[in-house]
Amino acid sequence: MDQSKEKFAQLQELIDSLKNQPGALMPVLQGAQGIFGCVSEDVQKFIAEGLGVTLSEVYGVATFYAQFSLHPKGKYLISVCLGTACYVKGSQTILDKLSEVLEIPVGGTTPDGKFTLEATRCLGACGLAPVMMINGEVYGRLTPDVIPGIIEKYRAKED
Amino acid sequence: MEEKMISLTIDGVQVQVPNGTTVLEAARKAGIRIPTLCFLKGINEIGACRMCVVDSGARALQASCVLPAADGMVVKTNTPAIKEYRKNILELTLSTHKKECLSCIRSQNCELQKLCLELGVEFGDKYEGIKNDYTIDDLSPSIVRDNNKCVLCRRCVSVCAHVQNIGVIGPVNRGFKTAIESPWGFKLNQMACINCGQCIVNCPVGALHEKDDTDEVWALLADPDKYVVVQPAPAVRAALGEEFGFPMGTSVTGKMASALRRLGFDKVFDTDFGADLTIMEEATELVERISNGGKLPMITSCSPGWIKFCETYYPDFIDNLSSCKSPHQMNGAMIKTYFAEKMNIDPHKIAVVSVMPCTAKKFEAKRPEMGHDGMADVDVVITTRELARMIKKAGIDFNAIPESDFDSLMGESTGAAVIFGATGGVMEAALRTAYETITGTKLKDVEFHEVRGIKGIKEATIKIGDSDVSVAVASGTGNAGKLLDEIRKGNKNYTFIEIMACPGGCVNGGGQPIVSAQEKMDKDIRVERAKALYEEDRAKALRKSHDNTEIKTLYTEYLGKPGGHKSHELLHTHYQKRPLYTD
Repeated sequence: MDQSKEKFAQLQELIDSLKNQPGALMPVLQGAQGIFGCVSEDVQKFIAEGLGVTLSEVYGVATFYAQFSLHPKGKYLISVCLGTACYVKGSQTILDKLSEVLEIPVGGTTPDGKFTLEATRCLGACGLAPVMMINGEVYGRLTPDVIPGIIEKYRAKED
Repeated sequence: MEEKMISLTIDGVQVQVPNGTTVLEAARKAGIRIPTLCFLKGINEIGACRMCVVDSGARALQASCVLPAADGMVVKTNTPAIKEYRKNILELTLSTHKKECLSCIRSQNCELQKLCLELGVEFGDKYEGIKNDYTIDDLSPSIVRDNNKCVLCRRCVSVCAHVQNIGVIGPVNRGFKTAIESPWGFKLNQMACINCGQCIVNCPVGALHEKDDTDEVWALLADPDKYVVVQPAPAVRAALGEEFGFPMGTSVTGKMASALRRLGFDKVFDTDFGADLTIMEEATELVERISNGGKLPMITSCSPGWIKFCETYYPDFIDNLSSCKSPHQMNGAMIKTYFAEKMNIDPHKIAVVSVMPCTAKKFEAKRPEMGHDGMADVDVVITTRELARMIKKAGIDFNAIPESDFDSLMGESTGAAVIFGATGGVMEAALRTAYETITGTKLKDVEFHEVRGIKGIKEATIKIGDSDVSVAVASGTGNAGKLLDEIRKGNKNYTFIEIMACPGGCVNGGGQPIVSAQEKMDKDIRVERAKALYEEDRAKALRKSHDNTEIKTLYTEYLGKPGGHKSHELLHTHYQKRPLYTD
């Protein structure tokens, strides 16, 4: 609760600093995405009121650009590299397997809020291809059959 | 400052236009109509649809609606390449379009259909586009959106955001998934939409239309136990004729009364009577507020779009609103009391149908405070367009039928009531009565030209007796907002204000016949239709509401006096603050 208050205060500060500039909506949305990890309905309403624009305008911009996400990301962000090296080494099959195991599409988040599955560009670990990253931890030389075990490890984590 | 004139050649025709003119407008001056789809003069000039492309010698074809004419420019508007280009755009547009043209509400009045005919699109199935299968949003009491027919021109978005200053719709997502809708999956009825319907009258296709309530009216007319009373609003008579080929600005009052009678209504009354009644109450309220130190400025309350706008966006002005119900609601209340008693009819058996130039009236009639004893003042509201459809469906030859009068008791009206349909009309009507009430002397000239015309905000100071009364008139909620902002800041001060939600007032209401963007380039519908009303006013024997003999009878026999106890019970109402979103 207090944490959320702090985040909104941070957003307010950003809005105040950009308010009178033309085209303030983009940088404010980018800032909000960074602060909250997503631009949810509440955040967008806050921005609309703060900048004196309509919610339609905020939502229109937020849904136009892929960099904004409307819903909170999962606790564990799984990024599968689809860069050239990884792709050639079969990272698509890794991505498909994850999608199957987690029962979510690419870009989706599990209903329990634990996992978000994303495809990403080159992670710079081509020597380990195919590669994925879970919250910064790198997993290399993957095959589809090791995926369930890795996911199970995160599912079992209690904290 | 003198405008610099420039000269250019379009399709071999030399034309001179003021600097700053677009090629689209310049071509029109040369007698060349460049096709348009997303263009809406003064409102949506974004060059998005590319229908209006021309060859100006530049590397690529350019959208003429946003291309400034330049001195010495040579433009071609109709080369084989351009024709092919435009046809291709139409074919691409049709690839995602729900082609329900046989039964579409806009069939024969659809800008897309017209373009396809003119530019020779054959079947409209050249490309297979992605069909998104959108759910039709029909939860609003006034407006229906079918995105399967939307061409993404953004005319509705512009008029909502920039003319009305509301912005409850906008483009969401991108690519094939782009749709015009409210944010976060909200339906229109969950947003602070004021139901004005300006989106509908500016839509080129059938993606937006009024909530059709004609079936309810047909059912009432067919019910032998119902006594069905109809009342058309002032602005309806100034536009209904357009649906039957009459030139814009033709008043069809007499034919309309005959057509309503032929449709089978038991009584054909006139909302103009209610307008005169409104003036009696509102002028009394104004005089009382002035003499008793009541809340000023007093603001008119006839326009339900404006009322909802005030309740939502300017709730600090709620106490400034006149407590008077709008004319058709007053009429409804009188039909179910005064008229019912006089005719000895059980008011529960009476159904009141209002024909309005307005989609917001559908919302207003459903407000719970608009009734008494468990009866709504008005049972069904249909728009001018819906009435036209009913007349056509009933096989009534509108052009051939003779004219007739409204039924007596609540059918008489004065010129003051007729002009309610134009911006400034309510103000002028109120001034005619307030002047004579306050001074006790007859007006030499009943016309107050300073409050007429289509300017968004009009101000005037009217001398009434010894005092100067400062008034303002705004039409279009965007203009209303500007005016109220000035009052909030303390920069302006008025005694009496008239506000109408639609630009130009009810003549340009969201329920009126739809005029294409091309036609609107040539004439201003706000001006043309208002002319019909001012002419009718001038032709009336009585031009001041307090001279209406049936109104006098109503007060003597039933209401007592304006602003009296009975009036307050039946003719006045109250307002409430409303949220921006309702979940």
